[in-house]
Amino acid sequence: MSDEPLPRVRITSPRTMAARSRTRRSDAAEIDALTRLGEIYVQSLMRAQLRLAGYVVLLLAVSLGLLPVLFRVLPVDHVHLLGVPLPWLVLGVAVYPWLLVLAWWYVRRAEHNEADFVDLVERRESAP
Amino acid sequence: MNELSALVAVAIVTTATLAVGAFGLRVSRTTSDFFVASRRVGPFLNASAISGEYLSAASFLGVAGLVLLRGVDMLWYPIGWTAGYLLLLVFVAAPLRRSGAYTLPDFAEFRVESQTARQVASWLVCLIGALYLVPQFQGAGLTLRAVTGAPTWVGAALVAVVVLVNVVAGGMRSITLVQAFQYWVKLCALLVPALILWRVWHHDGSPTRNLHAADWVEPLQGPHATYLTYSLILATFLGTMGLPHVVVRFYTNHDGTSARRTTLGVLAMLSIFYLLPTAYGALGRIYTRDLVASGRTDSVVLELPGRVLGGTGGTVLTALLGAGAFAAFLSTSSGLVVSISGVLSQDVLSRRFGSVTGFRIGGVLAAGGALLLAAGSQGLPVAHAVELAFAVAASTFCPLLLLGIWWRGLTARGAIVGMVCGGILSGTAVLAVMVGAHSTGWPGALLTQPAMLTVPVAFATMIGVSLADRARVPIHVGRAMVRLHLPETVDVDRGAYEPIT
Repeated sequence: MSDEPLPRVRITSPRTMAARSRTRRSDAAEIDALTRLGEIYVQSLMRAQLRLAGYVVLLLAVSLGLLPVLFRVLPVDHVHLLGVPLPWLVLGVAVYPWLLVLAWWYVRRAEHNEADFVDLVERRESAP
Repeated sequence: MNELSALVAVAIVTTATLAVGAFGLRVSRTTSDFFVASRRVGPFLNASAISGEYLSAASFLGVAGLVLLRGVDMLWYPIGWTAGYLLLLVFVAAPLRRSGAYTLPDFAEFRVESQTARQVASWLVCLIGALYLVPQFQGAGLTLRAVTGAPTWVGAALVAVVVLVNVVAGGMRSITLVQAFQYWVKLCALLVPALILWRVWHHDGSPTRNLHAADWVEPLQGPHATYLTYSLILATFLGTMGLPHVVVRFYTNHDGTSARRTTLGVLAMLSIFYLLPTAYGALGRIYTRDLVASGRTDSVVLELPGRVLGGTGGTVLTALLGAGAFAAFLSTSSGLVVSISGVLSQDVLSRRFGSVTGFRIGGVLAAGGALLLAAGSQGLPVAHAVELAFAVAASTFCPLLLLGIWWRGLTARGAIVGMVCGGILSGTAVLAVMVGAHSTGWPGALLTQPAMLTVPVAFATMIGVSLADRARVPIHVGRAMVRLHLPETVDVDRGAYEPIT
């Protein structure tokens, strides 16, 4: 046992980017490993976006998609609104703002999903 | 007098198109400028350009004519042509831009790593492009004849020449400006007369004669109406994303996020525009009912001002509408020629010519070929071809894009067999309608609106063959998914794929 203090050793978790950074990008294998990790992230992002797209399609299907059936079974032909037959008002005018609302909501949510993803990845990269 | 003012209006639109194109030419320098406007086009300009390109003769003249003829069920056309962009937005817009591919064949090659898939896609682009381009040329001829009395070939040739000058000289950048300009021309040309006509109608005491016929005002009255409506919905909702001249526009966006915002802008612009043809159709029902009997419903938009107003006012408005219709032919034709020549230059001509020269030669071939086809198919019901182009796109490129972007299991064989299957089935329907096969009953309904059958078959074959071919999933599929779905701000390896060299 010597009195001389041991050289200082930095201990970092092997799971953080800081620990990896010394060997990172030094060889192809490490990049491949990063890609595998990335693939799990990619899958989570894809699922989130696909689920969101699914919601939009579902909303579209139960609103616009059911209109022909509704026109067939419900006696809407003689219902007038503002002097215009209801089917004309729905198909000629009301459909368009609805499409816009769906699109606007999708864009907001999709950008939100991506921002979450970027946060996740960058938090990892800047972790001490 | 009438002819002269219409001629002047068409001349103004044509000259302005060339002038805006020439302005674009001054800033179009490199190959990248030429093809994709160097990807520096903002969402508002891009959305105007996509809308301007998309709103063809079928939207400007055709929808009002269909509404006049067949009533409320025809409102599904503009709805489908708009809602197609919603599906494009949620499934395709951002990933397609991020793929970096310029044409649909580029995307096929990038995703399934097969030259054969690329070639199949190239042929399909030419087929869909031709189906769309020939009716534009014919419609231009008919419109010019209707407003000025010129022979039909004059309008077709005029459109072909103006498009070629712009495409050959300026490429995509000048086309982007021209297209954006033409959306606003079309909107004003339809909006201003509509407001004036509405005032006159109101002043007349808001007559509603002819509007109460049950088979016109009530939905789903004809034979097979429910099937036809749903098949139309399927074709237009899914076909929009597979139209080559629409898809090519997405590469001019800066990144995936701006591609989405552009699409949102397109939806807004189309929504405003498509309120108008319905009004023309209904007013046409009141004032120009006789067009139904004489089979000239397509000219209702051009005829209304003369019938309702008459005199100088009617003449001026007719000229304005004629100019708008001409803008519609010019912009859609430009977009189609750009996308076809893009494919021709990359896949056919690139071995012999430089890329810019190849692009120019491709443009000449596309416009010249379509002009010949238009001349050779006089009298055939080619206007219906625009609708069928949507069915072909929905049965071929739609499954390729949806499965390619969202499913890792898609293989080259699956993509090829699926596209060929969907292409042959929907192409057969096109051919049958083109040669004038008039079937009645269910076969007739299937041929007029084949999408309900052909789209599921295309999806099923693409998925089925890919599953059977599971061992040959493209080796870079993981990297491809990273590239398609990750925001550009994340610094990752996106693979080496580079479509434009």
